[in-house]
Amino acid sequence: CVLHLPLQEMIRAIRSARTQCEERGVIQRECAAIRAQFRQADNGGRSHNLAKLLYVHMLGYPAHFGQMECVRMIASPRYSEKRVGYLGAMMLLDEKQDASLLITNSIKNDLSHSNQYVQSLALCTLACMGSAEMCRDLAPEIDRLLRASNSYIKKKAALCAVHIVRKVHDLGELFAPAARSLLAEKNHGVLHGAVVLITELCERNPETLERFRKTVPDLVQIMKGLVISGYSPEHDVAGISDPFLQVRILRLLRILGRNNEAASDAMNDLLAQVATNTDSTKTVGNAVLYETVLTVLDIKSESGLRVLAVNILGRFLLNNDRNIRYIAMTSLQRIVGTDHNAVQRHRGTIVDCLKDQDASVKRRALELSLALVSATNIRSMMKELLLFLSSCPLELRAQAASGIFNAAERYAPSQRWHIDTILHVLTTAGGDVRDETVPNLIQLITNTSELHCYTVHKLYRALLSDISQQSLVQVACWCIGEYGDLLLRGECQETEPVQVTEDDVLDALETVLQSHMSAPATRGFALTATMKLSTRITDNVDRIRSIVSIYGSCIDVELQQRAVEYNALFKKYDHMRAAVLERMPVIEKNSPGHTNGESTREAVKEVQPAKVKQAETLLPQQPASQVCDLLDLLGGSEEPLQPNPAVGSTLPVLPVSTSSTAGGDLLDLLGGLEPTPLTPAPTVTVYEKGGVTLTLSSEKQSDSGLTVTLTACNSTDSDISSFTLQAAVPKSVQLHMKAPSGDSLPARGAAKVTQMVALSNPNKVNLKMRIRISYTSQGSAFQDTVQVDSFPEH
Amino acid sequence: MMRFLLLFSRQGKLRLQKWFTPIPEREKKKIIREMTTMVLARQPRSCNFLHWKDLKIIYKRYASLYFCLAIENHENELLALEVIHRYVELLDKYFGNVCELDIIFNFEKAYFILDEFLLGGEIQETSKQIVNRCIESSDMLQEYYCEGETDFPGTWRKL
Repeated sequence: CVLHLPLQEMIRAIRSARTQCEERGVIQRECAAIRAQFRQADNGGRSHNLAKLLYVHMLGYPAHFGQMECVRMIASPRYSEKRVGYLGAMMLLDEKQDASLLITNSIKNDLSHSNQYVQSLALCTLACMGSAEMCRDLAPEIDRLLRASNSYIKKKAALCAVHIVRKVHDLGELFAPAARSLLAEKNHGVLHGAVVLITELCERNPETLERFRKTVPDLVQIMKGLVISGYSPEHDVAGISDPFLQVRILRLLRILGRNNEAASDAMNDLLAQVATNTDSTKTVGNAVLYETVLTVLDIKSESGLRVLAVNILGRFLLNNDRNIRYIAMTSLQRIVGTDHNAVQRHRGTIVDCLKDQDASVKRRALELSLALVSATNIRSMMKELLLFLSSCPLELRAQAASGIFNAAERYAPSQRWHIDTILHVLTTAGGDVRDETVPNLIQLITNTSELHCYTVHKLYRALLSDISQQSLVQVACWCIGEYGDLLLRGECQETEPVQVTEDDVLDALETVLQSHMSAPATRGFALTATMKLSTRITDNVDRIRSIVSIYGSCIDVELQQRAVEYNALFKKYDHMRAAVLERMPVIEKNSPGHTNGESTREAVKEVQPAKVKQAETLLPQQPASQVCDLLDLLGGSEEPLQPNPAVGSTLPVLPVSTSSTAGGDLLDLLGGLEPTPLTPAPTVTVYEKGGVTLTLSSEKQSDSGLTVTLTACNSTDSDISSFTLQAAVPKSVQLHMKAPSGDSLPARGAAKVTQMVALSNPNKVNLKMRIRISYTSQGSAFQDTVQVDSFPEH
Repeated sequence: MMRFLLLFSRQGKLRLQKWFTPIPEREKKKIIREMTTMVLARQPRSCNFLHWKDLKIIYKRYASLYFCLAIENHENELLALEVIHRYVELLDKYFGNVCELDIIFNFEKAYFILDEFLLGGEIQETSKQIVNRCIESSDMLQEYYCEGETDFPGTWRKL
């Protein structure tokens, strides 16, 4: 037909444009022409104009100016114009636009047109874009068409009814009777539409479902007819008679048989027949078998039928077509909970699918394999899973690693196996494990005390070969720091003995510290581990000292802070070092500080909470507000001094700290060290009597904070014991006495006692402190008091 | 039900779009971009099924065209492949050895054929022959008009 050319010419012109710009030019010209044509009177070329606009619209250009033209065309008496008009409406309009209301009348009229192809256009458009209003308006008309029209119209009316019910749920009741009677039709198109409509009605309304259960025998009959009947040219697809209809009937049977014994019984034989007789050499047959399996597994089928269904899935797993393998696995996944044993029988095939080329199949195989792990098959399954992990696609590694950890935790046959498995995962996929893995593994290792030696040897060896996997390196550093002494001892029950020198170990840790591959958190682990070794090795402590002091000027603030604190631990607080760095106690699962926080802080967090726990049992909390105003220094009345809370305790007790930052904890312990080069604070002698000397030094912490250090010395020839200090300050000043280093002063200044006092002076009053000194010497008790009026400031 | 059907070339140019639920224009463009990106990135011998949001995407390549059908989660994927195949067969019968150019230059026909096969997101007619006959009749009706008649014949009512 000659009139078609303009459209095809335009398409040719657009396609021959060499650039986007050129294309835009052609389209702009064409759209202008189309607009002009729209405005003109009827010239016989209207449908082609609109078609041109629809083509332009498909390329992604705006076409809203064509909406009214669609409305006009739909109202035209000419079929060609109606056809393109309705197509345009479906492409350019949707129910949210006002223009769509304008076509309601045309649709209404065309539904009762004398020509079925015009009726068809209206039905199609209604089913495609009918708004709720339109649906309510036209529902009675659709019901009429369902009952009294030819098959061509009936099948379309059925799907219109489906659309109407989806839009306006209440109207379902209207169509139920007509739907029921449509099941008696012979025409496949109508039958298919009827089954879809009944399915929709049953899914939306349980009462309707009850009523439609009576149709199960009819549906079974229809199905039987399709399955047993001879070759039907109209509906045959590769030997299957109307697979589309079969699948829909099977789906409806599923809905009707669910949770209902009687209905399930009525369809049992049919399902068995379909399952056994359907040819599975082509996809289409497998589509029917697949739907059958889904139905069998969802209704109350007898066990024999269930086994048959699961076996079909098992056969699917061996199919060359990976689509079939994929859907087999998704189906098995759905029933692995309810039919676990049946699925277990196919475990071998499922595990083989881990090696499939296709990523989707691999993913499903992984999920299913993890679901099939049990206490009996854990060892063999884990072998396969670890093998999978080493070669699996990147996007599956995190899932595989966490699945393996869960399985290991639930079914580990021995602790050594558990630790080995985790180490294997960290070596293979350390970069993809979740953050909690490191503390979880540390906890597991701590709790397996009999394997500490084995674990640290294994981790040390792993560290030597590869320092790129951060999780592994972190755990290894932690273990070396903690159990370094076991490593150096050389012999180990579970592994081959190996000679490791102190230098070897320190070399390893330094390599981690210096490597560009190490994340900041990892370097933190390494530094802390190095420091811990200072109490576990004997010869190379100086080396550790120098490492620590070097990092005191590291650019990384976290490392610098740690280094400075460790440095202080060497210098000022050497007496505390052993206790601070001693072996960790068993970590309780889910103890606070375990699960919270960023991973970078986790290393030091590990150290603090347990130590705090230790301290808690020894010492009642000292509330800061317990500063007695007894000694009103400004008033001068004598009253009992604030007691020293740490009397009699010999352990360096840590203050109970609520600070959540690791740095904060350490700062509290060591009295608020600033990360600046250490120069000795000026000291002043505040007391000198009877051979006992008390010196005082102070350091400003902040605007209102001051730390005072008292040092006592005994120059007499006899030892002094039970040496205690008590302090009192003005009312508004807060005082916190830290634990003294000891309570004995040996003769001739052989050792000193130090005690730190933290003062907070927010009101900036004139700071004074009264100190009471008590001790026993040569069997007699002594007591004295001294007042300090000024503090040397750093 | 089916939610949408897209046809696009290997370069990602859209050749046909059928939406079975109302979706704003901007959203349609976004979905088209996502589908073309996802499907074109697939390896040659991969599974034809993808997951996207709460839908299953079934795609298949025929010569230079990708057919991409989105179905709801409870639908049968293997049957969806048969739906795509059936549509290709219908196009092939109509155009005779159909190729991408046929669909480009006669896109309205591709839609008319689709509208006889699927309706409201469901299969409308399961017989190939009936669909073909209906299309032919409709075409004749159109042709018949083109020759000058202004009224509809009363025939072609019964198939």
